[in-house]
Amino acid sequence: MKTIPIVNKTEGVEVKTTTCYMCACRCGIKVTIKDGEVRYIQGNPDHPLNKGVLCAKGASGIMKQYSPARLTKPLLRKAGTERGAGEFEEISWDKAFGIMEERLGKLRAEDPKKFALFTGRDQMQALTGMFAKQFGTPNYAAHGGFCSVNMAAGMIYTIGGSFWEFGGPDLERSKLFFMIGTAEDHHSNPMKIELSHFKRNGGRFVAINPVRTGYAAIADEWVPIKPGTDGAFLLAVIHELIKLGLYDRDFLVNYTNSAELVDLTPDSHEEGMFLRYEVPEEEGCFDPQNKLWWDRDLDIPISMRTEGVDPYLTGEFTLEDGTPCKPAFQLLKERVEDYTPEWAAGVTGIPAETIRRLAHEMGIVARDQKIELPIQWTDAWGKDHDSVIGNPVSFHSMRGLAAHSNGFHTIRALSILMTLLGTIDRPGGFRHKAPFPRPIPPCPKPPNGWDAVKPNTPLDGMPLGWPSDPDHLFVDDDGEAIRLDKGFSWEYPLSVHGLMHNAITNAWRGDPYPIDTLMMFMANMAWNSSMNTTEVRKMLVDKDDDGEYKIPFIIVADAYHSETVDFGDLILPDTSYLERHDAMSVLDRPISEYDGLVDSVRIPVLPPKGDCKPFQDVIVEIGTRLKLPSFINEDGSRKFKDYCDLVVNFETAPGSGIGFLAGWRGKSGEKSLKGEPNPNQWEMYEKNNCVFQHKLPKSFQYMRNWNRGYLHWAQEHNMIRYDEPINIHIYSEILQKFRLAAQGKTNGRQPPDRLRKRVETYFDPLPFHYEPLESQLTNTQKYPLNAITQRPMAMYHSWDSQNAWLRQIHTHNYLYVSPILGRQNGFKDGDWVWIESMHGKVRCMCRFSESLEPGTVWTWNAIGKASGSWGLDPKANEANKGFLLNHVISEELPAHDAGEHISNSDPVTGQAGWYDVRVRVYKAEDNEPEVTSPQFKTVDPLPGMEPQRKNKWQAFFAGNFRKTMGKKRISEKHVKKGGSK
Amino acid sequence: MTQLALVIDLNVCVGCHACVTSCKQWNTSGLAGPMVDQNAYGEDPTGTFFNRVQSFEIGTYPQTETVHFPKSCLHCEEPPCVPVCPTGASYKREQDGIVLVDYDKCIGCAYCSWACPYGAREMDAQQRVMKKCTLCVDRIYDEALPEDERKPACVMSCPTSARLFGDVHDENSDVSKAIRERAGYQLMPEWGTKPANHYLPRRKTEITIHPDELERADNPLSKEERKQHNAPSTGPSLDDMTSW
Repeated sequence: MKTIPIVNKTEGVEVKTTTCYMCACRCGIKVTIKDGEVRYIQGNPDHPLNKGVLCAKGASGIMKQYSPARLTKPLLRKAGTERGAGEFEEISWDKAFGIMEERLGKLRAEDPKKFALFTGRDQMQALTGMFAKQFGTPNYAAHGGFCSVNMAAGMIYTIGGSFWEFGGPDLERSKLFFMIGTAEDHHSNPMKIELSHFKRNGGRFVAINPVRTGYAAIADEWVPIKPGTDGAFLLAVIHELIKLGLYDRDFLVNYTNSAELVDLTPDSHEEGMFLRYEVPEEEGCFDPQNKLWWDRDLDIPISMRTEGVDPYLTGEFTLEDGTPCKPAFQLLKERVEDYTPEWAAGVTGIPAETIRRLAHEMGIVARDQKIELPIQWTDAWGKDHDSVIGNPVSFHSMRGLAAHSNGFHTIRALSILMTLLGTIDRPGGFRHKAPFPRPIPPCPKPPNGWDAVKPNTPLDGMPLGWPSDPDHLFVDDDGEAIRLDKGFSWEYPLSVHGLMHNAITNAWRGDPYPIDTLMMFMANMAWNSSMNTTEVRKMLVDKDDDGEYKIPFIIVADAYHSETVDFGDLILPDTSYLERHDAMSVLDRPISEYDGLVDSVRIPVLPPKGDCKPFQDVIVEIGTRLKLPSFINEDGSRKFKDYCDLVVNFETAPGSGIGFLAGWRGKSGEKSLKGEPNPNQWEMYEKNNCVFQHKLPKSFQYMRNWNRGYLHWAQEHNMIRYDEPINIHIYSEILQKFRLAAQGKTNGRQPPDRLRKRVETYFDPLPFHYEPLESQLTNTQKYPLNAITQRPMAMYHSWDSQNAWLRQIHTHNYLYVSPILGRQNGFKDGDWVWIESMHGKVRCMCRFSESLEPGTVWTWNAIGKASGSWGLDPKANEANKGFLLNHVISEELPAHDAGEHISNSDPVTGQAGWYDVRVRVYKAEDNEPEVTSPQFKTVDPLPGMEPQRKNKWQAFFAGNFRKTMGKKRISEKHVKKGGSK
Repeated sequence: MTQLALVIDLNVCVGCHACVTSCKQWNTSGLAGPMVDQNAYGEDPTGTFFNRVQSFEIGTYPQTETVHFPKSCLHCEEPPCVPVCPTGASYKREQDGIVLVDYDKCIGCAYCSWACPYGAREMDAQQRVMKKCTLCVDRIYDEALPEDERKPACVMSCPTSARLFGDVHDENSDVSKAIRERAGYQLMPEWGTKPANHYLPRRKTEITIHPDELERADNPLSKEERKQHNAPSTGPSLDDMTSW
């Protein structure tokens, strides 16, 4: 050892770049391979997203690659065995494709809705969505409905963009930053990088969260809040800002609908709609500039944006014909009148003085610490500006706000707060990322009736879209759901990501209809991705009176032995992320930066294990065999060899020049963003760190909702259909249209009677606070506590218990409770307790914590595992001490006046209300076993998996690992040989 | 004389564990590896990690601080682990102050781990050899690596750049500057071990609001005042009654 420094061995070593997939963040990585095994995965310093850093998960990719939970063979449930018994036979891919071709071909020819495709965190919705549309089934969605769709919908229906990959806080220039609710779940490395820069630059960081753990730990101030009450806090802040005049009036007048006059004629079909001075036949999916303002100087109504006119934002007016009206801002002002800090204090648990102080901090920093950048730009109305102004207050939030059934309105309130402060797409505030901003809402619409669903015919419309009118709902003549998950029905009209969390229950119940084949990709629906997990597992194997499974055929595609795999009839082994091609496409969820579009790819750095096949290739193959129009030529022959070929050659329309990847287009790669297909596109990405970055000129980087140059550019590059300004919807006329229908004031579609009150209540054009639906229907005397979960930074949902290194960080989870609760209920730190809701109960261990609001209990999500799954020994802590909170959370609300089986979701968007459950916690009896409950029968490794690794020691040494695996002890010789000497 | 060290900024560490696993993956296949795991997929898994993050709470609700505290060998200038080693396996390098273990000499007696007041040593339970952080000595001098990658793996991966690396004896280095200007401190200095690694404390940023900032002439509410004239007053005014 004294001879060091030593140079690492370089023969047999190569370094390749690709993109991480240890979570959905998609950092650039450099992978060092030594003698065929992964030596080292590091962040790629030349990648714009992570700039060289990598998280705990990314740095543990080796242990995922060599996970014992890897599936390697297509499997078919053995004839005569029960589903879920884990009896499978290995089959060839050809046989697997044959089974699917026959079964799905028949369904497509007879009744395409009987095929349902639901996918997890796949990052390939552009392809899977296209497949579903081409197949002709309405029953397709990805995981967004149970993830954070409230965030997408609440913000996009208000400001035309959202947190997520589509926008975020500009922490480089911000001075005051609020993170509300758990937000460690998305965009993690960029957020960490920026948070640290922000703090080092002297920014002030306030965390509003029931729990102080990850990012909140380094906040300058932690403000504990009761779960599900964020809307009350935000509305009280808005109350205070309006009361004191701490809002950006110029921004509201010029860039929002604040000054537009709302028709208040009672009982008219125009009630609550904007007054228009002319109505074009077709308004399209943008806001025509045809509304009225009230001129302050002349004291008359006047067409909006008349040169030199300054409108009133408040007041009450009457048109000459007697029409009563008010500016939208006046209605907002009235709405928040009673939302005082004192009121909010009682709801949120935050002292009124704190709410007031935080509101003052926001308002004064935004007003008095303005940023002015010397960037010239021209607005959508042709006015030149010499600079870009910023009000440096920013916000970030994700699932903490989204996963409540009042999340949509909470997030509308947040978007409006950000707007009042004048921070949208401005330096130091919120900034968009391409392809956003998009119109409010974006143009694609779901199909709107049974006519769209026909045998042997693609679906007429996109399976997922953005309704802006009851006519866009996907319902039948009675106003009832057409989709299996009841998305886009009157129950959840704006369910823009679908409701995957209700797909299994609905299919099992046959409501709205039974299906035949359920295909699930990379979604652990028999465990952590379902609510009511215990019952959902029963539904998956339940039979009807004839002895047939209620869900007749289940196809599971996954790379790992998750809890769901055993419930498949046909299992398709996917590859690991190091073995596949992927496109992080602008057609799906790219990784754009504030200054322009970024997309990226994965390129395999290792060969596939066993018979694994990338799921995209599987989709292309099935699509081709079924002769779906997009996958075949006019003569019926195969159009795409495989996924790689499709990515290169697919165009959104013939000759459009827009495809999956924006970089190196054109015949020889000379074009960007738009251009004919380039046969060498993959190679060019590979040579360029697997990433393409386009930077907009400075003058296009801000104020993009109203930036003429940017809007022209975005239209030319087919990101938006119209280059019209995208004014912010302080007041949502779209929501009002649904409310009018529910009130029976329109001639068009109206909701079924049982849903009239629900739609009328929750389609309020202005944000409001209400108690989450589950709480409204719970005896909160009996179940006084809120129970929530978080995803730990070192784990990606259920994925990482199979990872030998990461599972040592979170081997099992505890229920974190306030010591006050323990004292009141007679249990101590470390005791076994029951956590019980009105739906079920779970036995687990508790830990006292002072970092949580005392009425809240919480745990890490998805650490608990079913015995034997994920390549783990049945004795593994995950299955015996770990637990899943999902068993006490229901996928449906108790029967109430809106219906018997209404989803436990936001009534506007269908977002799963994970964080709404109410519970009580009490000590387990002394004679109870010290093991978590419920328990499930142990599953065995499946054919093609390596046997459970029972040897006591595992020593990973790249280049030697597989040679030594299974041996009792790694010998000194191996170490020396593989070492650096 | 050079003393390489880590300076860890607790003001930005969010406890993400990137340093923990990037350390493990570099070192398990490197000079100091393998880093063995016991019961890797079974009950109570445990393994060798040169770097661990301890998270703990300070104070009672609601005045609670949650601290994420990464900890590895501190490369003491007076390392108590060195003199207690009966075989000379534990040693401190003169050229850069890194404390290392020569596995060929180590007999696994664990005296060093008893002597270390910081609990930074890791016994490899399979090989019966004491292991610990090497500051990635097999990276930092490796000329085959690009120059800006000649840093410990934990420093390269840290998403919040909470880990600074350099020579704490060079007063012009970034680490010395950070210690000097940001109140860097050592762990348990009273033990006289002179740890080379330092920690930077939390700092709080506050905003003071002055009452007069809430009342300003340019308050936009003033634009909402109605401009209409008042209706004529009903009673007589002086204007109606006086004639001169």
